[in-house]
Amino acid sequence: MENESAVFFSRVLTELTLSFHIIYATIGVGVPLMIMIAQWVGIKKNDEHYILLARRWARGFVITVAVGVVTGTAIGLQLSLLWPNFMQLAGNVIALPLFLETFAFFFEAIFLGIYLYTWDRFENQKKHLLLLIPVAIGASMSAVFITIVNAFMNAPQGFDIVDGQLVNIQPIVAMLNPAMPTKVAHVVVTAYMTAAFVLAAIGAFKMLKGSNHVYHKKALFLLMKVGLVFAIASAIIGDFSAKYLVEYQPEKLAAAEWHFETGKNASLVLFGVTNGEEVKYAIKVPYALSILAHTNPTAEVTGLNEFPEDEIPPLYIHYLFDTMVMIGMFMVLVSAAYVLGKIRGWSFVGARWFRWVIVAGGPLSIIAIEAGWWLAEVGRQPWILRKYMKVAEAATTSDHVDIMLILFCGLYIVLGIGSVVVLRRMFRHNPIEQEIEDRKAGKGGDF
Amino acid sequence: MTLEILGISVLWLFLLGYLIIGSIDFGAGFFNAYGVLTGREHILTNIIQRYLSPVWEVTNVFLVFFFVGTIGFFPKTAFYYGTTLLVPASIAIILLAIRGSYYAFESYGSRGHKGYSFMYGMAGLLIPASLSVVLTISEGGFVSMVNDNPVLDYRALFTSPLTWSIVVLAIAAVLYISAVFLTWYADKAGDRTATKLLRKYALIWAGPLAIAVIGIMFELSKHNVEHFDRMVDIAWLFGLSAIMFVITVWFVWKQQHYNWALGLLIGQFTLAFFAYGISHYPYLLYPHLTIYDGFTNPTMAIALVVAFVLGLCLLIPSIYLLLKLFLFNKDYVRGKGDHHA
Repeated sequence: MENESAVFFSRVLTELTLSFHIIYATIGVGVPLMIMIAQWVGIKKNDEHYILLARRWARGFVITVAVGVVTGTAIGLQLSLLWPNFMQLAGNVIALPLFLETFAFFFEAIFLGIYLYTWDRFENQKKHLLLLIPVAIGASMSAVFITIVNAFMNAPQGFDIVDGQLVNIQPIVAMLNPAMPTKVAHVVVTAYMTAAFVLAAIGAFKMLKGSNHVYHKKALFLLMKVGLVFAIASAIIGDFSAKYLVEYQPEKLAAAEWHFETGKNASLVLFGVTNGEEVKYAIKVPYALSILAHTNPTAEVTGLNEFPEDEIPPLYIHYLFDTMVMIGMFMVLVSAAYVLGKIRGWSFVGARWFRWVIVAGGPLSIIAIEAGWWLAEVGRQPWILRKYMKVAEAATTSDHVDIMLILFCGLYIVLGIGSVVVLRRMFRHNPIEQEIEDRKAGKGGDF
Repeated sequence: MTLEILGISVLWLFLLGYLIIGSIDFGAGFFNAYGVLTGREHILTNIIQRYLSPVWEVTNVFLVFFFVGTIGFFPKTAFYYGTTLLVPASIAIILLAIRGSYYAFESYGSRGHKGYSFMYGMAGLLIPASLSVVLTISEGGFVSMVNDNPVLDYRALFTSPLTWSIVVLAIAAVLYISAVFLTWYADKAGDRTATKLLRKYALIWAGPLAIAVIGIMFELSKHNVEHFDRMVDIAWLFGLSAIMFVITVWFVWKQQHYNWALGLLIGQFTLAFFAYGISHYPYLLYPHLTIYDGFTNPTMAIALVVAFVLGLCLLIPSIYLLLKLFLFNKDYVRGKGDHHA
């Protein structure tokens, strides 16, 4: 028995929760690494400024972690509440990575608590750095395991269905599905990249607002270097992801690229609008799709028309694809220009307009993350478990999903506003100049 | 021991962990809010903040671990409980979210906001109430199958005296556990005024706790006779738990042996919780779902057990380190030196 409105509202509520969660989750995966790098550079260069960077980031990080944890708990439970039939099936095959994710989370939670509350307890900063390693590993590993679950939904394997019964279950095979390597790598690397650019945006903004302390300059240079490395890595792994799609999920790539007719010498479509069949106002890059898909300009790429009508994802995912890729490329350029400019001493690096570009880079990276996830998720419609279970079969039959949607909307508004207000207040009341003064005066820099 | 029993025992243990450390957290929030309202926050706030700050995130993980593990070992629970619990579990999530985030917001952003403290305290009482609904439902009689899908009868649920006695038990247990623990913690911190106040709370909440337990026994004997009979079979376990309870209250009353009081408190709840769990056997949801027909396939079960053992090898030393640094570190407990970021 399906309940159509419950299916619809379950989809909306899941999308809402995940879209809100991934903002904080991405920061939660990326920022511990940045803190670790800053702490390490601080120790290596014996430069108090980097240690302070780590300290101030850690303080802001607590707020984002809190929201990440509670929304993560929400989506964890919502999976069973909204998609009970899916979880019943998936629980048999993919419970292992879900379970491992909790361990990673546990590990991170314990060491984050220790890290945050032992700031001045260890004379030796290296000991303190050691505490950050499990935090960063735990954060990244929970992203790895949960992405494995998502990869499984895209490329299910490790079981057989005989007469409606699950048999021959192989948990490890299910985890090592073909979607896993590219998905996990892309998620983790883009999280690092986003965290770097978000923190850089904050530094650039402070400088625009008149705080010209050398602390911000050091932060910016460090973050843009780290960001550049991960932005390039994201682009390379993104390319692998496209090659994965060609092999295993051709309908997703075809829909994202509005590639209707199977053919050789396929061109890449940039921008444009479509009403289903006809593509207008688009820039077509000849051979580029064949190159993207097969590293061969004349290779054949499967078109959308090869697939049954009811198994095609919505065509609007093309816009999401464009958004994600354009922002990614833009960020590679911006960070490369900054790093090169710094090394070569080009003057535009310090210009106000360029700092505004860096400020824009933070929110843009978050938008790219959202667009990328929507692309990945909507791109496997109508399946929840590709080729095995459709979304409509998985949803709850309960009649109350619409009310829950309203309640959760309210919750996310409160959490969103609350976190921004608290973060702003935290740093405005204690600017870096103040904290450096306080530390010199031996007050510990607390508030 | 079969894998089914092993699975449910592990999950039960984590639920117990959540019950105890969650209670400390929820009760602390309530006492703190009560202190703020009655103008006594200076007595308790420091003690509570010092304990909660490094552990609040860990508390949450115990709950996540429990429900993720449940789906892993017993995937069919997703079908039965997922569908029926949409409303109560969503409300619990929202309350947990408000709590968790506002704790961080308040301790890092704007300390001492009255509205936050009040919300924080209230949420702490409502969460155990909304979560305990699961226990009520598991006793059967509230879920019927319509077109092969489970449907929860809210009317029957909210008019049942069993529901309300379990809610009362949950709240009383939360406040009692929390008060005894914090008495011990405040005593270790050498904070006499806080110890005195918390000791009073512990004694106040011991009464309702005992009454609620008796009430539930009575209701259960009418609601689920099969379960009640099995409880009578292992009555000695409950009896032992009751004795521990009496000794704990006696020590707190006499203001001595707080270490023993804390140990006996944990013993009391462990015994009672496992005795309840054993008597619930073999049902996960009476009478629709047993631990045998809801169990996952053997391959996954073994994989989960292996993952669990490996995970514990990481967790136990980490938790030990956490306790050593914050719970058993004299300087930290006494608030000497401000160490936080």
